[in-house]
Amino acid sequence: MTDQDVSTKTAVALDAEGLSLKSVSLWQITWRRFFRRKSALVGLGILAVLVFIAITAPWIAPYDPYKPLIGIEKVQRREKPCIHLLGCPKDRPQHIMGIDGNVRDQFSRLLYGARLSLVIGISTVSFAIVIGTILGAIGGYFGGWVDNVIMRIMDVLLAFPSLLLAITIVTVLGPGLINALIAISIVSIPAYARVVRASVLSVREMDYVAASRALGGSDGHIIFKRILPNALTPLIVQGTLGIATAILEAAALSFLGLGAQPPTPEWGSMLGAERNQVFTAPHLVFYPGFAIMLTVLSFNLLGDGLRDALDPRLAHVSG
Amino acid sequence: MLIQYIIRRFFSAIPVLFGILLVTFTLARVIPGDPCRAILGEKATQEVCDRFIREKGLDKPIPVQFWVYLNEIARGDFGQSFRYGMPVARLLVERLPTTVELSLTALLISMVVGIPLGILSAVKHNSWIDVVTMIWANIGVSMPVFWLGLMLMYVFSLALKDTPFWLPPSGRLSAGMSADPFYIVWGWSLPETGLRFAIAQFLSRLNLLNALLTANWALLKDALTHLILPSVALGTIPMALIARITRSSMLEVLGQDYIRTARAKGLPYLKIVFKHAFRNSLLPLVTVIGLSLGSLLGGAVLTETIFGLSGVGRTLYDAITARDYGIVQAFTVVIAIFFVILNLIVDISYAYLDPRIRLD
Repeated sequence: MTDQDVSTKTAVALDAEGLSLKSVSLWQITWRRFFRRKSALVGLGILAVLVFIAITAPWIAPYDPYKPLIGIEKVQRREKPCIHLLGCPKDRPQHIMGIDGNVRDQFSRLLYGARLSLVIGISTVSFAIVIGTILGAIGGYFGGWVDNVIMRIMDVLLAFPSLLLAITIVTVLGPGLINALIAISIVSIPAYARVVRASVLSVREMDYVAASRALGGSDGHIIFKRILPNALTPLIVQGTLGIATAILEAAALSFLGLGAQPPTPEWGSMLGAERNQVFTAPHLVFYPGFAIMLTVLSFNLLGDGLRDALDPRLAHVSG
Repeated sequence: MLIQYIIRRFFSAIPVLFGILLVTFTLARVIPGDPCRAILGEKATQEVCDRFIREKGLDKPIPVQFWVYLNEIARGDFGQSFRYGMPVARLLVERLPTTVELSLTALLISMVVGIPLGILSAVKHNSWIDVVTMIWANIGVSMPVFWLGLMLMYVFSLALKDTPFWLPPSGRLSAGMSADPFYIVWGWSLPETGLRFAIAQFLSRLNLLNALLTANWALLKDALTHLILPSVALGTIPMALIARITRSSMLEVLGQDYIRTARAKGLPYLKIVFKHAFRNSLLPLVTVIGLSLGSLLGGAVLTETIFGLSGVGRTLYDAITARDYGIVQAFTVVIAIFFVILNLIVDISYAYLDPRIRLD
């Protein structure tokens, strides 16, 4: 049974007894449905922790993420983790995730990495959403050859496997974090353009849009105030899941040495720098990858939760 | 009807193919640095470069250059690689089989594991199997391929050393393992040039196929053990996606009236699940498999880099770092065209599975 059914039934029952039911808005229903899903809450929980870490990194990180500990502490390159609670001698400095190849505290670098990953994910997707929305809205609203040209370009972009296209774009622009972000944004534009175009097409011919036009509304007014709000829910879902993909792709580019450059504490590049040490210092490979996985997982769970909450059609399927 | 649909779908792929060629053509011309030294190497002298530019027609107007480029591609001429000093087309015949073998094995693993898991968790909805599968599937889609690959390598090549579960960390074959091409074993005498030789060479470099064709079981075993880790790493994301989509589309179908009718008629439950429900939930599955192919090809770059396999992905990556633009351009075109053809096949199988689509 869906929420709608429940609330109408209760309302009827209450009416019969002379009572009235407080009306519930769509957003309230959505939030309730969202909070009922355990997996979505797990995603939200992980994300909250990550945001907390990202904001407070300078205060909670025990060491400087950039400065080698040479001459400061007696530690070796790529030393294994030393955790006092787990029996590491108290007279040795505590490094819960060990020391990296440049004698820096891995844990501190990992904490700072949360900042970059979140910024990367959110900024690329925001950029892609803005461009994708404009293109999709123009194509869907005006139709004809404009639509045709825009969508064919999107088809061509989609014809390349996304990571390969991103790699090629970075090659042209030159390696670096900013260029990697631009590449990932460009690669993800088609998804948003398609979502927006589909929403625009579904409401373009509706009476209320015609009414708005009859009242003398300009094209811009109709597109932004009357049509685009309909695209909001699919965009939120697509965007949240898109952040997960963007973080994975940025990490992959950095891993290949095309994205963030050392000594930036970016998880993908930290992992890439130490990948040949997987047999001798597995902790340097394990932790950054695990951090990427957790971050991506949180956005995936959140996105799935939002989709189920925002789309009542799916509510009964995913239970 | 189906034939008509295939023809129509085929023609609609032409603008996309044209676009791909236009994009790669443009990319090669906006790449920083002068094209001659990018292709012939930094040490090329001015004289050599002048001749090169004349020979390549780089002094002609851009539209003419594009036309020449289209003609070259149509003839299968992908230019020269300065690093390897051989035609890019030959390099492709050499490197593509590694990637094809890896991607197909990964896809096979992901389907063989993902589909049954998805069906099982739909049939046993909300049971512990369902919960565990879904938790695992969520983690699976969130894992970076390169991290998973390295972790698998650590576990199976180091931690499980000296056990029967040990697997080799890199390469396609053990050192000293020779793989005689099937056409030599069969005593074919092929001219060293031409399409037939290229095809035979391509097929013989698919180690598993070649081992089967020559009945070389030691080679088959060796190639298989080398293939397991990379294909599991590469196949995990599609596997998780396939499990999820199979589950949700099975759940949707299992909830419908005709399934209830079938159960009321007293049909065996397994027959209902496979004959009535699974066939109708195939459509979303085909879509997801089609979409996974893109991530497989992209993931191949990462997997091949980690496991030291010289396939298309690895070669492309090396070419990018070495600025061998001939290879970059050609390989990107080939991969994109390959991808378009795969999508075409997916769309056609879609129309085959659901007759309504042909009328659209």
